[in-house]
Amino acid sequence: MGVDLSVQLGPLRLRTPLMSASGCFGYGVEYAGAVDLASLGAVVVKGLFLNERDGHPPPRIVETPAGMLNAIGLQGIGVHRFVREKMPELRRIGATVIVNVCGTTVEEYVEVSKVLSDTEGVAALELNISCPNIKEGGISFGCNLAGTHRVVSAVRRATSLPIIPKLTPNVTDVASFAAAAEEAGADAVSLVNTFLAMAIDVETRRPKLSNGMGGLSGPAIRPIAVRMVYECARIVKIPVIGIGGIASAADALEFLIAGATAVQVGTANFVDPFIWGKLEAGLRSYLERHGVSRVADLVGSLQVGSS
Amino acid sequence: MPVDVEAVVLSNTRLPGGYSVLELRAPELASLAEPGQFVMVRASHCDAPLLRRPYSIFDLVRDADGRASGFTLLNKRVGVGSGLLYEAAPGARFCCLGPLGRPFTLAAPPVEAWMVAGGVGLAPFATLAPALAGRGVAATLFYGGRTSADIFCLDRFEPHGVRVVIATEDGSLGERGRVTLPLQAALEAVPPERPVMIYACGPEPMLKAVGELAARFGRPSELSLERHMGCGMGGCYSCVVRVRTPDGGSRYARTCIEGPVLRGDEVLWE
Repeated sequence: MGVDLSVQLGPLRLRTPLMSASGCFGYGVEYAGAVDLASLGAVVVKGLFLNERDGHPPPRIVETPAGMLNAIGLQGIGVHRFVREKMPELRRIGATVIVNVCGTTVEEYVEVSKVLSDTEGVAALELNISCPNIKEGGISFGCNLAGTHRVVSAVRRATSLPIIPKLTPNVTDVASFAAAAEEAGADAVSLVNTFLAMAIDVETRRPKLSNGMGGLSGPAIRPIAVRMVYECARIVKIPVIGIGGIASAADALEFLIAGATAVQVGTANFVDPFIWGKLEAGLRSYLERHGVSRVADLVGSLQVGSS
Repeated sequence: MPVDVEAVVLSNTRLPGGYSVLELRAPELASLAEPGQFVMVRASHCDAPLLRRPYSIFDLVRDADGRASGFTLLNKRVGVGSGLLYEAAPGARFCCLGPLGRPFTLAAPPVEAWMVAGGVGLAPFATLAPALAGRGVAATLFYGGRTSADIFCLDRFEPHGVRVVIATEDGSLGERGRVTLPLQAALEAVPPERPVMIYACGPEPMLKAVGELAARFGRPSELSLERHMGCGMGGCYSCVVRVRTPDGGSRYARTCIEGPVLRGDEVLWE
């Protein structure tokens, strides 16, 4: 039985629901030798500001139970170098490219979005209003309903590309932020970014990360992320992209059944850069086993009540 | 292009001081490896530890026909992952991703090669030594440790005609003191017209000292760096080190793809 893995993300049709998570896949080209980037639903590249950024001093990661903390600090080459140096190869490969857009001001989000709107081959913009590791911008918009609305509506006016605000879990009610993003004209929302967290070296009594705090990712956060995706998908009509500790097809299915239209994989790609083919095969075999012809039919198919 | 293979443990030789030499069968990976490259080893199939750990390829193992059939890892038991490798029994399997990273540049005669190793920093030199010998390069190994238990596996070097100079901090073997002492003495003694290439791998303070000594004596150096590494593929940006840029500034470079071997004069120690 042939199964259909394609999903519709607002105006965007994806080959599969499997996407790389921003910040976990470089600019995509780093993996071009190992993975057929065109076989992914989308390649979501590392967050870009207008200008280059240095990021935080090392140590930038520390491993924790079933997870890791990172405080990279959005090191990056800036949107102009990305367009010049990375996009040609991504276009040649035929990858569906979603760019993660960062800003310290609303104006910067708009400016970066305009540059990318004029770039051939960019399929959508993911708005990073949720990075826990930088002081200014970013999460300050994502932790405030008015700020979220302001960034999303400003970018909405500046581009005709699909826009996908990426939401932080570091709020009391993430669904209200999904609703604010929808109201401001978002085509989809992605969640969750990492959980603000900390690890301490008891011998030296110092934080293990140079930045003090960092973002927790990996299997440890998965059940919380599934719950948050479930809550958001019940509130908004736009598609939800599920992110958080996905390391197997079963993990991805959990998010789809909870209401995600697509998923992003981050930390698990560090452990296994060849994970993409395994995830796709796992989804296919699940659909065949359950007699479901389209993966889209699974979205939000959670059975509640007694069986 | 790296491959990810499930390598089978053929033997695990424990050495004093918590060290072990783990021999793995992995022909696909071994046949691609060059001196100075590394592999990312997954010590567990569960989530503890979750991330892979970088290991230099120690020996290349060859079959009867001389084809690369596997490799060894020089492991020191420190945390959970290295503990699992230390305890591993023959028949155990570990996923190994590699070979990764930029290898050493091979010197050619009349250049002499001086390899400087600290502790498990010996690892990349076991494949560099035969590669240099094959090119007819005269080689010396400066090998340092805290104590005599940190000095081992000299049998990898002597058959290739490598001259070995040992230093231990407690003086239990070789010269007393850090390995940079005999290195400095040798740099002072060698005439400027005799070209020397310095290779180093070991703890960061040692690498910094070797890089500075090389610069002071006007000798080129290549340093193999070890950093907290998340992926080994350039995806996570965690293993960065500050390097000089041509315009006089600096930037963070990923040691996994721009290294692990970097020129001593490009690294800017923080």
